[in-house]
Amino acid sequence: MAHGPATLADGWRAYIARWVFTTNHKDIGTLYLWFSFAMFLLGGAFAMIIRAELFQPGMQLIRPEFFNQMTTMHGLVMVFGAIMPAFVGLANWMIPLMIGAPDMALPRMNNLSFWILPFAFAILTSTLFMEGGGPNFGWTFYAPLSTTYAPDSVNFFIFAIHIMGASSIMGSINIIATVMNMRAPGMTYMKMPLFVWTWVITAFLLVAVMPVLAGAVTMMLMDINFGTSFFDAAGGGDPVLFQHVFWFFGHPEVYIIILPAFGVVSQIIPTFSRKPLFGYSSMVYATAAIAFLSFVVWAHHMFTVGMPIAGELYFMYATMLIAVPTGVKVFNWITTMYKGSLTFETPMLFSIAFVILFTFGGFTGLMLSIAAADMQYHDTYFVVAHFHYVMVAGAVFSGTAAIYYWLPKWCGKMYNETMGQVQFWVAFIGFNIAFMPQHFLGLAGMPRRYADYGLQFADWNMVSSIGAFIYGGAQLMLLYNVIATIRNGKPTTEEKTWEGAEGLEWTVPSPAPYHTFAKPPEFK
Amino acid sequence: MLKRAQALFLSLLSLVVLLPIAGSAFAESSASQLNMPQGVTEVSQAAYDIHMIMIWVCTVIGVGVFGFMFYVMYAHRKSRGAVAENFHEHLGVELLWTIVPTIILIVMAFPATTALLKVYDTDNPDIEIKITGYQWKWQYEYLGEGVKFMSELRTSDDEVYGREPKGEHYLREVTEALVLPVGKKIRFLVTGNDVIHSWWVPDFGVKRDAVPGLFTAGWAKTDKPGTYVGECTELCGQGHAFMPVVVEVKEEAEYNEWLANKKAEAVEYASTIGKEWAPEELMAKGEEVYLQSCAGCHQADGGGIPGVFPAIKGSPIALGPQIGHIAVLIDGVPGSAMQSFADQLSEVNIAAVIHYQRNAWGNDVGDVTQPIDVLNYKQSK
Ligand code: HEM
Ligand SMILES: [Cu+2]
Repeated sequence: MAHGPATLADGWRAYIARWVFTTNHKDIGTLYLWFSFAMFLLGGAFAMIIRAELFQPGMQLIRPEFFNQMTTMHGLVMVFGAIMPAFVGLANWMIPLMIGAPDMALPRMNNLSFWILPFAFAILTSTLFMEGGGPNFGWTFYAPLSTTYAPDSVNFFIFAIHIMGASSIMGSINIIATVMNMRAPGMTYMKMPLFVWTWVITAFLLVAVMPVLAGAVTMMLMDINFGTSFFDAAGGGDPVLFQHVFWFFGHPEVYIIILPAFGVVSQIIPTFSRKPLFGYSSMVYATAAIAFLSFVVWAHHMFTVGMPIAGELYFMYATMLIAVPTGVKVFNWITTMYKGSLTFETPMLFSIAFVILFTFGGFTGLMLSIAAADMQYHDTYFVVAHFHYVMVAGAVFSGTAAIYYWLPKWCGKMYNETMGQVQFWVAFIGFNIAFMPQHFLGLAGMPRRYADYGLQFADWNMVSSIGAFIYGGAQLMLLYNVIATIRNGKPTTEEKTWEGAEGLEWTVPSPAPYHTFAKPPEFK
Repeated sequence: MLKRAQALFLSLLSLVVLLPIAGSAFAESSASQLNMPQGVTEVSQAAYDIHMIMIWVCTVIGVGVFGFMFYVMYAHRKSRGAVAENFHEHLGVELLWTIVPTIILIVMAFPATTALLKVYDTDNPDIEIKITGYQWKWQYEYLGEGVKFMSELRTSDDEVYGREPKGEHYLREVTEALVLPVGKKIRFLVTGNDVIHSWWVPDFGVKRDAVPGLFTAGWAKTDKPGTYVGECTELCGQGHAFMPVVVEVKEEAEYNEWLANKKAEAVEYASTIGKEWAPEELMAKGEEVYLQSCAGCHQADGGGIPGVFPAIKGSPIALGPQIGHIAVLIDGVPGSAMQSFADQLSEVNIAAVIHYQRNAWGNDVGDVTQPIDVLNYKQSK
């Protein structure tokens, strides 16, 4: 069959059928990316509601009950709907191109793993309109607030989590199968681009911990509907058990979010330094070390729960250790730039900001790992600031860098560099105005997930809200830039968009043809 | 190109370096606080010290790393004619930047351990206080003294919803503060009644989760009398932001006087349980209790929230036999948000609120519930 993909010219039925039944890795990558961007805007809208309410002390716009639904849905949608699918989308597009494979190893499962996601999020979002409201127990959904005391809609929340988990597991199996079986001749493991490496390791993490999350929500389901008492102290269960199970999933989860981001940055920095990545093999080992450590540090989220001192000490030491491989990565990126020939196009700007702000978040992470100090930081805005530095300035910045970096390859059009840089600066400045003051708020004693606060916190909350609105605006600019590029961008047909770019994805024409590498390329 | 790169460099630098400085200037003018408080106990001091050590270690490393990075961004730009070299490995430096951070961490582990041991040093207290988190208030019980009371937010809804100007102590005031003496080692035993809460007083450096079915211990000893304000730090439902902690530390003589008064109050109260209350008295008191303890869920008009909290108005329990109504309050409804009020409310208050519920908003059962009925039910179990 030599015909290309259906376009609108073939009629809308054929066009819709193309997207619904597609097994093409590029189509599915595109679907993932657009879906995750839609979720990013939805989660962002929730965040805007939160920051608008917190603009001043007192309850002005919404009720505390709805505020809790907003913080919960913001977290869930951003983590499971925006960041994770965005990187799966990048994996779908780029991994076959990077390893010289014609497609993913399991294309039909690929279609399925995407198409169940919109249903999961439709179910999750619909809970907001149910009697009793949506999930209001935080994205960490600690029992018994999420079981005995939860609104009825919690059953739909559990169902949605199960679907998301199934989707992630299928996506990961696909990535692992693809990388193990479909590399071009000559593409040995230690020659794979770092983005591929970080994704393989992430995929293993996902396969290991998504079932644990499924177990946690299933136990909740049993407690709520079938009279068990896993997490109910009155029936002989233990609410703390929930936290152990959740964080055994939850800590690896934060690395699931950040490792592919490391991969993206490790592609971009060498390109704009015109110099190979420094310390390739130590990057691979550091990634593996971080992944391993992520399984043995979970209780650092539970320092105040009353663990015995021995447990507390162990989790403190283990957490401190994560700083070592993380540091290795940062040093490698900077040394890659050293004695390079640097230019600062938009993807590079986002990557440099990533290195700086992620490192800043790593510093606060190190502070949080010190259990005695964490007794003061825990569950305050200091923690909120920490994880937004690593997840927003980390994962989201790197995702944005990836969009600018590969957009010309995806659609054969060049974005407008000035617009890209303007968007970068608005995002960078907005981000810091929004989240830097949250460190001060936390240290001064403002707890997280508060719908209202004392007058002493008023100034910094207002500053933070203003920054958040600016940062929100920057995302609309990103959307505009992408659409403007697709519609009116300057056409580019060069295989190699960027002077310093290396790798198989830069050996195919732009835009990348619907089918690539039907014959495996020779990789030296 | 050169111009743009320089502008980039300067703006990056100014943001990272100047933002905190600009921040502190802003803070001084508006009297908000930027750093962790040193507090008034050994534990809070230990937390502060280790916090400052970490800040300085991170600052020194950060200045070195970012300084080098900015230098590279300035010196090795293509626009300045930099030509890329091709090296991509160096075993020596790679080992160095693995080993040196490891050593730094090992060194930092020592003060971190000492500080943590201090937090856990809860043995041999002079006074023990049991703290129970409720949705959405705290209960303090002086173990062995027979003194026990609830501490709830005093700020009015009118202030919260902007119908009245906010007072100076907005969300930092409670009906009855926890009172402690100076110079005594106090052990807090923290637990939860319904969901998980967390009891935090920054100036004591004590933050302990209040988990149902579990006791977590913390301790404090201070020489500085004063009022210390804290918060609930574990999401516990809609009232999470509205259950502050207020502690008053008093000189010992003052504390003893306060404690003697509280004990006398308890004795006096015991004598009112047997008394026969008039229906009007119960009605008035019951309305007060209802608004304070029940209306949060069942609403002031008794209508509840459909699908979440059942209505009391017209409910079969409120219109049914008295004993069933008492049972709901004393035993709670297992598996639901309706908790037992047996430990939260006195017999008098429970009797009053039951009387109110059975005779308000058109519920007109017409019977009278006396404290002694409640006590009898409790004792029959
Ligand atoms: C040097 C590396 C890091 C260290 C040592 C570290 C340490 C910690 C610690 C100790 C906490 C618990 C704080 C508390 O609740 O009191 C925490 C919270 C958190 N960290 Fe990190 N972290 C690091 C990097 C990261 C990364 C890379 C991510 C994700 C991209 C991340 C995401 C989070 C999140 C989401 C939370 C809060 C979870 C919640 O309670 O909602 N951290 N971190
Ligand atoms: Cu963690």
